[in-house]
Amino acid sequence: MLFEENALTVTELSKSYGTFIVTNEISFNLGKGEALGIIGPNGAGKTTLFNLISGTTNSDKGSIQYFGQDITKVSARQRCHLGITRSFQVPQPFSGLTTYENVLVAAAFGQEISEAEAKDKAVEALELTSLTSKARQLAGSLTLLDRKRLELARSIATAPRLLLLDEIAGGLTETECNELIELIMTIKNNGVSIIWIEHVLHALLSVVDRIMVLDFGQKITEGKPEDIMKSPEVSSIYLGLDEENIDGQ
Amino acid sequence: MILKSLPKKQIRVFLVLTLITIILASAPWWVSRADIRLLGEFYSFLALAVLWNLLAGYTGLISVGQQAFVGVGGYAMFIVTAKLGISPFLSVPISMLAAALIAGVFAPLLFRLNGAHFAIGTWVAAETISLCFFMVPELGGGAGMSLPTDVVKSIASSRAMREMTIYWLMLGLGLGTIFAVYALLLSKTGLALMALRDNEIAAASLGINIWKTKFVMYIAVAAATGAIGAVIFFQKLRISPESAFSLNDWTIIIIFIVVIGGIGKLEGAIVGTIVFFILRETLADYGVVYLIVLGVFAIIIMMFSRKGIWGMFEEKFKRSLLPVTREP
Ligand SMILES: Nc1ncnc2c1ncn2[C@@H]1O[C@H](COP(=O)(O)OP(=O)(O)OP(=O)(O)O)[C@@H](O)[C@H]1O
Ligand SMILES: [Mg+2]
Repeated sequence: MLFEENALTVTELSKSYGTFIVTNEISFNLGKGEALGIIGPNGAGKTTLFNLISGTTNSDKGSIQYFGQDITKVSARQRCHLGITRSFQVPQPFSGLTTYENVLVAAAFGQEISEAEAKDKAVEALELTSLTSKARQLAGSLTLLDRKRLELARSIATAPRLLLLDEIAGGLTETECNELIELIMTIKNNGVSIIWIEHVLHALLSVVDRIMVLDFGQKITEGKPEDIMKSPEVSSIYLGLDEENIDGQ
Repeated sequence: MILKSLPKKQIRVFLVLTLITIILASAPWWVSRADIRLLGEFYSFLALAVLWNLLAGYTGLISVGQQAFVGVGGYAMFIVTAKLGISPFLSVPISMLAAALIAGVFAPLLFRLNGAHFAIGTWVAAETISLCFFMVPELGGGAGMSLPTDVVKSIASSRAMREMTIYWLMLGLGLGTIFAVYALLLSKTGLALMALRDNEIAAASLGINIWKTKFVMYIAVAAATGAIGAVIFFQKLRISPESAFSLNDWTIIIIFIVVIGGIGKLEGAIVGTIVFFILRETLADYGVVYLIVLGVFAIIIMMFSRKGIWGMFEEKFKRSLLPVTREP
């Protein structure tokens, strides 16, 4: 598939903690409306890459271009206003606020609109993620699964142009997983660019246009999903991994 | 604008608050003079507790230097009334301005620090400011100074009338602070504050301007604290660096109050202040024993319920006095 416009261009992005290199000169492109999957073993540096793209963590070297704009030094808040939104692998709810209020914050501040204007958008995001029945519940009392849904709901409520999803399919039933896939496809078809880190491969494969493999902070390979899944690098990396994850059960 | 979009529940709260204010405003006619003084003191602690809680509980800025703003507010009032001949009532907004200015000077330095370092930084800043007042002989140096008789008279001619006026000022500040903070929590900024309270990383990545929110709150809280400082020293009529910048009176006790009542909830500060005054008055005959009891009480609460007395109540009864929950 060809994408005319580049949403994201990452060039030789690097990050170390002390002497430990977590992100090692990673470069890649993402087209507007494209969905890129990221896979790799635990500790490969996938979440760190999201931290760098969303601005939660500062990079040591390299650059990030977003729709032609250099955002390497732009704050997390401003990146959100530019349309970059991420979900957290370990959910980060506002525990003292209700589910609805969590999403309301995302809509009101993510889109820089008034609370009254944000209301409908928050309600809509809750509906899309099947959280409507839990709207008045404190986010701190949600189950892990619902907290993950809330991560997605908040991301949607910011009206992103680039959506970064960090392991949101784990633990879902088959029906729930299919609903999630459908939801992400809808978002994608609206022209949103997506990067999705996911261990549940069958879910990932039914959405993404391309897959990038990370290990030890480095980009191992990148390409069409069917080619990647057959490549020797992937088999070797996933050799020791839980069979269940490969099947995506 | 806020009123139009308010649900009935919150309008009711504002009406009740107004009613309470009116009843308390009439207290000088049915409460003894000693108790009027006590109530005045209660309001000043109430305001300080609500403000400290706003800062620590919501923005995560744990300041142990709020005495700086009580002191600056108090001294600003003394300077403009005694030295410049400005009306005592006009001195209150000037005190606010002075405290806000000092906060504005220190904030960029303090905001480079985090957590415990910030706390220590605020304390050091307060000590530094206090020392500056020690060194000004025109203000009585370490011995301090008294409010000149003509200034005292200009508050109100008779002593009874003066006590009433100060009582009303305290009441206005105490309940005004609650009104203002409650309205703030109902606004969009309030939503940001509650998000910030619960999770700073998520708040930033969802587009909330953390630095600006903290900065504005720090300045606003300092200004309000300055006003309280001015009125506290109307009542005391004497000021010295030691009393104006007392870490114990204006910050440590306030921290106890908020911890006991419940940090991060507006009601927590109110409940904490009530508990503090009940403890202090019932244990008054035993000297400073109440401080020991207060400390032990605070430690027990920190160990068993981090959300304080109010937090326990709210968890159990699922009710709030000043509801801020948004309904879909
Ligand atoms: N703040 C930090 N300080 C030090 N080391 C860190 C920090 N954050 C991450 N790391 C380390 O960087 C490495 C990569 O972490 P990261 O979370 O990016 O991995 P991941 O690919 O997302 O793994 P997983 O599949 O388990 O989510 C890990 O070894 C981790 O311990
Ligand atoms: Mg991860």
